[in-house]
Amino acid sequence: MAELNMIEAIRSALRAEMKLDKKVVLLGEDIGVNGGVFRVTEGLQKEFGKERVIDTPLAESGIVGSAIGMAIAGLKPVAEIQFEGFIFPALDQLVNHAARIRKRSQGKFHCQLVVRCPIGGGIRALEHHSDSPETYLAHTPGLKVVMPSTPYDAKGLLASAIRDPDPVVFFEPKKIYRAIKEELPDEHYTIPLGKARVVKEGHDLTLITYGSLVLTAAQVAEDLREELDIELIDLRTLSPLDEETIISSVKKTGKAVVVHEAPRTLGFASEIIARINEKALYHLEAPVARVTSYDLPVPLAKYEDYFFPSKERITNAIRKVMKEARSNYGV
Amino acid sequence: MKKRIASFDIYYLQVLDEKGKCDAKLAPKIPAKRLKEMYWLMLLTRAFDEKALNLQRQGRIGTYAQVKGQEACQIGSAILMQEQDLAFPSFREHGVFIARGTPLEKLFLYWGGDERGMDLGKVNVFPVSIPVGTHPLHAVGAAYAYKFQKKNAVTLAYFGDGATSEGDFHEAMNFAGVWQAPVVFICQNNQWAISTPASKQTAAKTLAQKAIAYGMRSVQVDGNDVLGVYSATKEAIENARKGKGPTLIECKTYRLGDHTTSDDARRYRSENEVKAWEKKDPITRFEKYLLSKGVLSQQLAQEMKEKAKQEVEKAVKNYESTPKASPEIIFENVYASLPANLQAQLEELKDETGSSAS
Ligand SMILES: Cc1ncc(C[n+]2csc(CCOP(=O)(O)OP(=O)(O)O)c2C)c(N)n1
Ligand SMILES: [Mg+2]
Repeated sequence: MAELNMIEAIRSALRAEMKLDKKVVLLGEDIGVNGGVFRVTEGLQKEFGKERVIDTPLAESGIVGSAIGMAIAGLKPVAEIQFEGFIFPALDQLVNHAARIRKRSQGKFHCQLVVRCPIGGGIRALEHHSDSPETYLAHTPGLKVVMPSTPYDAKGLLASAIRDPDPVVFFEPKKIYRAIKEELPDEHYTIPLGKARVVKEGHDLTLITYGSLVLTAAQVAEDLREELDIELIDLRTLSPLDEETIISSVKKTGKAVVVHEAPRTLGFASEIIARINEKALYHLEAPVARVTSYDLPVPLAKYEDYFFPSKERITNAIRKVMKEARSNYGV
Repeated sequence: MKKRIASFDIYYLQVLDEKGKCDAKLAPKIPAKRLKEMYWLMLLTRAFDEKALNLQRQGRIGTYAQVKGQEACQIGSAILMQEQDLAFPSFREHGVFIARGTPLEKLFLYWGGDERGMDLGKVNVFPVSIPVGTHPLHAVGAAYAYKFQKKNAVTLAYFGDGATSEGDFHEAMNFAGVWQAPVVFICQNNQWAISTPASKQTAAKTLAQKAIAYGMRSVQVDGNDVLGVYSATKEAIENARKGKGPTLIECKTYRLGDHTTSDDARRYRSENEVKAWEKKDPITRFEKYLLSKGVLSQQLAQEMKEKAKQEVEKAVKNYESTPKASPEIIFENVYASLPANLQAQLEELKDETGSSAS
């Protein structure tokens, strides 16, 4: 057993997969000599060589587009986009190509590609280094989208993503890159994509989130423990979505709050609430609430605390839903 | 049949050599007062830069990108802009902001994580642009618009060696060539894009030669030679203004600091390389020249350096005594007028923060 933070866990997944399969190659800006700006790939170029850990020119469309070419010709590239704010030049390649190659070629080609990318705010960074663009990707048929919230999950999910025959965008919540350490088993393991994790079971209300806010939500659930028995769900994979876990929980609790860091309009909560509406509406005791950032560009560092969902905002939403349920049903 | 149908030359320009000796044939005619102004702006930029680094280390501003070593590229070019011209910087262009008259406290405010730092009033510099290589296109479009409206204005786009790898950069060059837009591309080839050396950025021998494919003039200039940069930019701006289209200027220089305060350049480049470039410091070189010409005395140089530090200290005071804005600032300047859904969200924020201002 080794104690690892999320950065180390991701690195250990990359190393394990590279050892298992010579076709796995890494490419991206500053990932080799420098080990990546967050040091995720530290030491890997030394260990596996410059042909398998490639420092690319500064071009995101170039990175993803050439990774697509590598994938269709038999390699298993894991590309790194340095920050989520710079994934946009690569969207054309991801949305118009990676996501459709299997379909377009009628299965002759497929795109076994992972795009790793740090995501999210809360680290007082410069503009474009605190965004949450997951919905753009999760909205794209043909792509899978993953976002872990613990070192253990990060390792197992990344291993699955690398082995998955279809393109996966793997978002790494940078705020919690080094926030927690976990004991990880010595032997390599995978965690299936498309399966949510019930962080904490409960009966009163379902709290649904993903990424760095899982930690915040867990604190809220803990703080409210005396008065409320909250069930906390970490989605882990946004696409494909584990609808079953969500729906069975909401059927049990009758109440739900969805939390995310991305702006509200068409944020991922919209999809979750729609699914609840379709499959569990008659079980609800109160309207589902969502706690999100505002529909604004992420403010610069001095004002970012006003923007992101806080423990207080989440707590208030939970209390509001509980109150409405009580007044509706007298529970 | 097989015959040569085109051939090209790439020129390198240096007016002041590394010892500060001037090539008399190439020297631009610049009055003493103007030379002193250039020197002053370089000193001010350096003093700002050193202080900003310091403030970051003390947690008084956020992540900061040092410009140290690139002052000649920025001052030598930006000083040539007329009031109506617009500069499009990326994120390391503090010298451009300073040359165009940006109050230093605004820059501290911005790098301190306060959006009001980019409220620049009449200063004709477009805001900091962090997505690498994207903004040269804006400079091209603006140049087209100025030309179309007969405004006699030109644009200058500033970017690095790394930026030349982005698709948008090539699109910008191509559009500029096709439109014969009055734009000057100032590429500061500081030889590093974070940890990536220019040699891994391109297989081409120079960045200047990239212009050839787009039917555009270009030159490589010693970017630590402020007079060289000045001459090249002067010619490029004159051509642009006369309707003769765009130019790419590659300024060969060096980033003496880390990429940003989050970076540690010792991980990927040798101290010796840095030391060698420290000897080519653009400010020292220019100072030597000005001393030898009698434009400057040792005493005056010293006084000016002191004064630059004082100006910076004054700006720090102003920055740090600027009251934090109320939370509603995050809703400002998103749209011309706040749509209803955002109005409702603003009310949420006010409830939460207990803010009463409207
Ligand atoms: C599109 C995009 N990709 C990646 C980054 C992260 N990043 C910031 S600066 C930089 C290197 C830029 O190098 P260069 O263009 O040479 O400018 P310099 O930093 O040397 O001034 C990188 C990779 C970014 N800001 N934008
Ligand atoms: Mg550079």
